[in-house]
Amino acid sequence: MFDIKSYEKADTVKQAIELLSANPDAKLIAGGTDVLIRLREGHEEFSSIIDIHHLEEIKGVEMQDNMDVRIGAGMCFTDVIESEIIDQTIPIVAEASGTVGGPQVRNVATIGGNLCNGAISADSVASLCVLDATLEIEGIDGAREVPVTEFYLGPGKIVLTHTEILKSIYIKAENYMGFGTHYYKYAMRNAMDIATIGCAAAIKVDEGKVETLKLAFTVAAPKPTRATTAEQFSVGLDATSENIEKIAKKALEDLNPRDSWRASKDFRLHIIETLAKRVITAAIIDAGVQL
Amino acid sequence: MSVGKPIERLDAVAKVTGKARYTEDFTLQGMKHAVYVRSDIAHGMVKSINVDEASALTGVRAIFTYEDVPDILFATAGHPYSTDPGHRDPYDRNLLTKHVRYEGDEVAIVVADSELIARKAARLIKVEYDKLPVLNTPERILADDAEMIHPTGNIVGAHEFVVGGDMAEAIKSSEHTLENKYSTAMVQHFHLENHIAYAYMEDNENITVVSSTQIPHIARRIISEALDFPMGKIKVIKPYIGGGFGAKQDVVVEPMAAFLTLKMGGAPIQINLTREECLSCTRTRHPFLGTAKGGIDKNGKLTFMDVEVVSLTGAYASHGHAIAQAGGAKACTMYPRSVIRFNATTVYSNMPAAGAMRAYGTPQVIFFVENMMEELALKAGIDPLEFRLKNAGLPGDINPLNKKPILSHGLKECLEKGRKLIDWDKKKKRYKKFKDGTIRRGLGVACFSYASGTYPVLVEIASVRMALVQDGSVHVLTGATEIGQGSDTVFAQMASETTGISTDKIKVISTQDTDFSPFDTGSYASRQTYVGGQAIYKTAEKLKDNILAYAEEMTGVLANRLQIVGDKIVLIEQPDKTVVTLKDLSIDAHYHKDRGGQITAEVSYKTRTNAPSFGCTFVDIEVDIELCKVDIKEIINIHDSGKIINPILAKGQVHGGMGMSIGAALAEEMLIDDETGKVYNNNLLDYKMPTIMDTPDLKCDFVETEEPTASYGNKSLGEPPIISPAPAIRNAILDATGVAPSELPMSPKRLFELFKLEGLI
Amino acid sequence: MITKEIEFTVNGQLITLDVDIRKSLLDVLREEGLTSIKQGCGVGECGACTALIDDIPMDTCMYLAVWADGKDIRTSEGESRDGQVSKVQQAYIDAGAVQCGYCTPGFIMTSTAFVEKYKGQKVDRDLIRKEHSGNLCRCTGYETIVCAVESCLKD
Repeated sequence: MFDIKSYEKADTVKQAIELLSANPDAKLIAGGTDVLIRLREGHEEFSSIIDIHHLEEIKGVEMQDNMDVRIGAGMCFTDVIESEIIDQTIPIVAEASGTVGGPQVRNVATIGGNLCNGAISADSVASLCVLDATLEIEGIDGAREVPVTEFYLGPGKIVLTHTEILKSIYIKAENYMGFGTHYYKYAMRNAMDIATIGCAAAIKVDEGKVETLKLAFTVAAPKPTRATTAEQFSVGLDATSENIEKIAKKALEDLNPRDSWRASKDFRLHIIETLAKRVITAAIIDAGVQL
Repeated sequence: MSVGKPIERLDAVAKVTGKARYTEDFTLQGMKHAVYVRSDIAHGMVKSINVDEASALTGVRAIFTYEDVPDILFATAGHPYSTDPGHRDPYDRNLLTKHVRYEGDEVAIVVADSELIARKAARLIKVEYDKLPVLNTPERILADDAEMIHPTGNIVGAHEFVVGGDMAEAIKSSEHTLENKYSTAMVQHFHLENHIAYAYMEDNENITVVSSTQIPHIARRIISEALDFPMGKIKVIKPYIGGGFGAKQDVVVEPMAAFLTLKMGGAPIQINLTREECLSCTRTRHPFLGTAKGGIDKNGKLTFMDVEVVSLTGAYASHGHAIAQAGGAKACTMYPRSVIRFNATTVYSNMPAAGAMRAYGTPQVIFFVENMMEELALKAGIDPLEFRLKNAGLPGDINPLNKKPILSHGLKECLEKGRKLIDWDKKKKRYKKFKDGTIRRGLGVACFSYASGTYPVLVEIASVRMALVQDGSVHVLTGATEIGQGSDTVFAQMASETTGISTDKIKVISTQDTDFSPFDTGSYASRQTYVGGQAIYKTAEKLKDNILAYAEEMTGVLANRLQIVGDKIVLIEQPDKTVVTLKDLSIDAHYHKDRGGQITAEVSYKTRTNAPSFGCTFVDIEVDIELCKVDIKEIINIHDSGKIINPILAKGQVHGGMGMSIGAALAEEMLIDDETGKVYNNNLLDYKMPTIMDTPDLKCDFVETEEPTASYGNKSLGEPPIISPAPAIRNAILDATGVAPSELPMSPKRLFELFKLEGLI
Repeated sequence: MITKEIEFTVNGQLITLDVDIRKSLLDVLREEGLTSIKQGCGVGECGACTALIDDIPMDTCMYLAVWADGKDIRTSEGESRDGQVSKVQQAYIDAGAVQCGYCTPGFIMTSTAFVEKYKGQKVDRDLIRKEHSGNLCRCTGYETIVCAVESCLKD
């Protein structure tokens, strides 16, 4: 039993936004795997809920005419993993989604909820960062689009205002076509765990040289972060193991992981460098290039 | 014949269908729910408690603080009572406390209509404290000017023994000696069913407590002591229980449930702890810190081993120093031909209380010994497996501690069997190529010895009642408790073996009720088949005799010409000739107007032997140096537990112990801040209980010796499998990387520090 | 108290309830007498409360009861019919995958969904592990559970 004081069910995004603006204390609930945990812990700020669990408008995966991919923010991870469109276009999102919790969690937790929770360890976000995903947000004052890399403001903080809803995640064709990708979640356990470090890479290699590298990390800074110094450094380099090691070292310049009881800063930095190396290598192989 | 066969568990269908009822599955009209108010500091005195806001909440029925509970100190350890006052567990707890000794200590309790309201109210209670220094390292705890955690001081117990010869001479005869520091971590049992109990009264003077406990009869005594309430007026019922592993060999919530129902006019009150409370506010495994020394002579003989430990028992003694005592004692029969010194001190600390946990101090001591053995062999240039084979005990060796001969000792055969199964010799050669680079391979082995029960330290009493039912089936009542390990099934097999009655006609009553279950101290110390089995054997013999005597009275055929086969009584010389069926005999015994009566047998028996059991783990691992991770490629436990009564259940025990030990080896630890006593990880996200993806394929095998002191040739098996995997994994890491971890768990975080120190990364 | 009328099927039986919106599906199923739904953690980590909702394994402790409206729910009790346990249940018994039994009903439901989904396909132990990683067990070291699931897929 949860200490829920008010409950409203929204049947449309518009209605959800109206309910949000009518109640400054209300919180949205979709999959429930974050909100219900907070309620169980006694966090009263979650006791007024607006239920968007069943909201069809924010579900679905579609390929647009221009080959852009749209993922409904209300899609549960299992549906993301099992989507043929995602498998054929942006399999890294399915890979990353497969590392979330366990099957039961993936069967209900949503990809939008994962982002809106604001956790720096969110399993899906690094993959969306290297795909330069755009987030479609609708609010009482209209709609706007925000790049996923600008969605996070800090630990637990995101750009959504109280009256806004994350509707969809868009990945442009130019950001996935021709890229090799890979994601690795480093955690203490192989399931049901929080990432110590998450690392995603998307790479385009042309005639043995790096054309574009996108490298993103979670838990490596106060918010999910692209290693832009390493990315810029990599352009034009031969795709060799030696250079990958150099790129991996560069990645450390953009990141500033926490020293916490979960893991020391030194340890995280070592894992960041190791993952950068391995994930870039795997992405190059995924791009069909022999090292 | 039933013993030795893979009989299906008696409770299998009840459990797979979910129909088996556990404590939470019983409800009573009007049941109230109680929730503790726990301290948010690790050491201090309550200055004030304000319950106003909580009391005002609708649905709150009562709030009790430390001022409202009896001024009685009690001991919670699930040990049999000792007639020697000097040998009783420390009486160091009140139901609620003003002096809080760990983060989560119990200062008040709320009773409400629902758990939701009770938890909400508990959060609304404001407690102010005067803080005291937090003592969590041996140096601070044992400092001359240290704050006293309990009025009796900070040392719970200490002892030392030197056995098997003269230590000075043993050192002198050594070619090589070494000394290393080791430590083990605080881990938690993580039984799937949290601690839960409820209590109610059906009149003004009798209390019933239903509890998820391993020790119903002991719980009855402790409730009686804690409340100063007559023991005979307390009834403890144990339904199905969702695991215990020692955490429920302690009385945790039962006395409070009984207190609350007494206070509230007999209303049914339930205490159902959360997972978070269970992790840090019940019991844990004692961390050990200390050293191990050893010596080897020029012939490869282990000349001596010398282990010195400090055991941290946390805020309350619970099983206290008994853990270190047992750990030291049980490790003496593995390599019994050497001089053995063991020195242990158990101290209080401002941490969650440690209590009994599977194998009771032995995994800690063996981690020290088997690490030391490995390094000693390497120092002497001997293969660590050969070193162990040479020094492993043999049948007829004398247990240096109690000076009694070891009648069955299969350790050497276990080592030889494991060596073959894992292909040790070939892999040893092959893996020489994999000792540099980031991916390395290694092999490890570790041995253990254990005991079957607690005798002669404690009494080993078991009682059984068997009754023939009118339909010819048999009901077996025992005070020994089924906690998932399969004791009910094994008892049915034993009873069948001895009486001749088929197992499907034998029903072992799984629920204990102290009002009618015969006296037994419960499930712990791997005593069920060894100690309980003796009582089953003697009762079954008596029941058979009583049945056959009645058959003689009924049919005129002499009893000594009869035997029971399945559901019939037949002639021994002519087994196909039915003299009378058990059903007909039982109907006659129950309902004949001029003869008979209910045919029963009851025996209470004290076992006065204690057979050591043995085994070892072999493990093959891959270490990814850069990722600081260990991947177990193959792991095998080999056990000498005497005769195996039920191979399926036996394997299940081994797998479970291995899984827990792998967790303790590589991942699990309760993280507590040395300075503040804060518990960082009392939740499932941060306490790294292994999932199915973290546990490799598990293999096991047995060397079936025949133990002459047990009626069915069996020895302990429940706890032993958890002992040797962790040191075997540690020795494999040493083999693979040349780095010798000395602390548990060997988690990526810790391996990172070690690899960095050794220049591997 | 806010309530909402919901209608759902549990183990083949249609139920209509005026349900307190604060309740989890775990609360409601247990109140219906389906105590195979166990609470081991309350936060969706242990899987002891797993039921199938439209044939998909879910942690009922982290699932609002109102969401069950219109759904088909299966629990371990319903897998045994006319005194006969299901194939998955029998496999758990035969493999020795049952000990204390507290995680068992939840595991059985996860396995049931798994076996129905992958029947006839080639499945390795890694996939079995991945798809059972939301259920914790402390008694078995998971070995016999993996064996039980493997045996269900064999024929």
